[in-house]
Amino acid sequence: MMPGLDGRGSREPEPATLPGARPRAEGSAAALLLAALLAAALAAPALAPYPPDHLDLDRRREAPSAAHWFGTDELGRDVLARVLYGARVSLAVGLLSAAVAGASGVAVGGVAGYAGGAIDTLLMRGTDAMLAVPRLPLLMIATSVLQPSVPLLVLLIGLAGWMETARVVRAEFATLRGRGFVENARAAGAGHARIIGAHLLPNAAHVVIVSLTLAVARGILLESALSFFGVGVQPPRASWGNMLYQAQATLATEPWLAFAPGLFILMTTLSVNIVGDRLARR
Amino acid sequence: MIRFLIRRAIQAVPLLFVISAIVFALVHAAPGGPLAIYLSNPNVRPEDIERLRRALGLDRPLWEQYWSWLGAFVRGDWGYSFSDGRAVFVRIAERLPATLELVVVSIVAALALAIPAGIAAAVKRGGLLDRSIGAVATAGISLPTFWFGLLLQMLFAIGLGWLPSSGRTTPGGGDLIDHVRHLVMPATVLAVVQAASWSRYLRGSMIDVLSQPFVLAARARGIPGRRVLLVHAFSNALGPVLAVVMMDAALLVSGAVVTESVFAWPGLGSLFTEALARRDYAVLMALLMLASTAIVIFNVIADTAHALLDPRVALR
Repeated sequence: MMPGLDGRGSREPEPATLPGARPRAEGSAAALLLAALLAAALAAPALAPYPPDHLDLDRRREAPSAAHWFGTDELGRDVLARVLYGARVSLAVGLLSAAVAGASGVAVGGVAGYAGGAIDTLLMRGTDAMLAVPRLPLLMIATSVLQPSVPLLVLLIGLAGWMETARVVRAEFATLRGRGFVENARAAGAGHARIIGAHLLPNAAHVVIVSLTLAVARGILLESALSFFGVGVQPPRASWGNMLYQAQATLATEPWLAFAPGLFILMTTLSVNIVGDRLARR
Repeated sequence: MIRFLIRRAIQAVPLLFVISAIVFALVHAAPGGPLAIYLSNPNVRPEDIERLRRALGLDRPLWEQYWSWLGAFVRGDWGYSFSDGRAVFVRIAERLPATLELVVVSIVAALALAIPAGIAAAVKRGGLLDRSIGAVATAGISLPTFWFGLLLQMLFAIGLGWLPSSGRTTPGGGDLIDHVRHLVMPATVLAVVQAASWSRYLRGSMIDVLSQPFVLAARARGIPGRRVLLVHAFSNALGPVLAVVMMDAALLVSGAVVTESVFAWPGLGSLFTEALARRDYAVLMALLMLASTAIVIFNVIADTAHALLDPRVALR
């Protein structure tokens, strides 16, 4: 007898913790790891064994050792220190670009779902159009044209990532708009702002939060990809992406340069995605 | 069916208009516009730039430029590459086969991984196998593709020396085996990332289908479990997943930018990064428009395929 084919699944309401769901512990572990990464980024000046731009020309291209846990780069800079300082840039870009994406997505999707009609059609066709333009190439053109500072990079990545949030918020608003409690509020004389702020948004918060976690992971990957192509965060400031960009040239002789930054990107996106999965299942 | 296709095609046209406007605006918002590369070149005199500007029509109002660019683009006149003076169409056409080869091979490989993984996870839902597949899939979608590529290069090309680290063929060589050896790593990178996401979709879709009464009914009629699973359930679960696969396939043609660059694969992705480095806007615009058009068209095809596979989705 094959499990899943016995038909039981169709009658049982799905319990809060599905037997098939990722155990709670995994979500908590991911959240802890994420918190640790954030703490390490914030405490980088205290944790880093050397300043990130400290040149030690006598100790260039050294393999990992007790003095330099992750080795040194072509200028004798400590890779651990640069990874820690790079975390500040990469995490900040990921989190803030997700905030920009979330705010824009809620605004566009909220207006479309609440207003309906021609405004809805217009905004959603615009969203479709943006979704059809490949994100990374579009951003690569924008960043190479504008040569952005970190704040501008945050803005650009955020503005390239609002469409998914807009779609889920629109769907949520469009359903909620016709529900009884919204009609009641309207009959009681609530204005548009109150209906949206007090009734629609709190009920859509869950889908927004889930789409935000996806946006954080995507923002970090986009920043690192842009920096990897040399059009994101500019050296000498370290970001995980531009460290990999510099590592690529000497892969054969100094593989450790490519290892640590990539591992940190993976740890971050992985824990964000697991936390997001966990929230989506709730 | 035909009417459905026609209606969807007509809906796609305004979408492409909006996209073309976005792409055009972006490139022309650049300081110095499309001629920016010449501005920093000391060998190009200001009067030459002025002459070029008039010759290319850059002194005309923006909407007029947009209109004539769009008209030419639709007729297949994509302009000339600023960097080597050849027709953009030719430059793209000569790179297209390499990208198609990479994308097709990686999609086939990704499906070969995702289909068994997705089915197994759905059937053994909640078990160790499901959880392991889920963990690997989550890792796969979290993986930065360029880092994954670099790791493979370090391991198989530099460390073990089993595979060539980059390119499509060995210069001068180029028999089939040489070709395949070059293809393995870039195709693996793309396949793993896609398989991770597709297996999650298939798992979800299979779980939905397996809980439906017709599956129970099929079992009750005495049809063997394997047959119910693979014929009845799988064919119904495939529709929504296929839609995702189609969308991702269109994205892959451009999304291979990272992978092609890491492995110096001479396809459209590498053409894009080369054009970007030289601010070759004619090439960039054509590539972006092509990729977007492909995504819109594949969208229509995916909707149609979904409707054909699932009678409940009306062909409206």
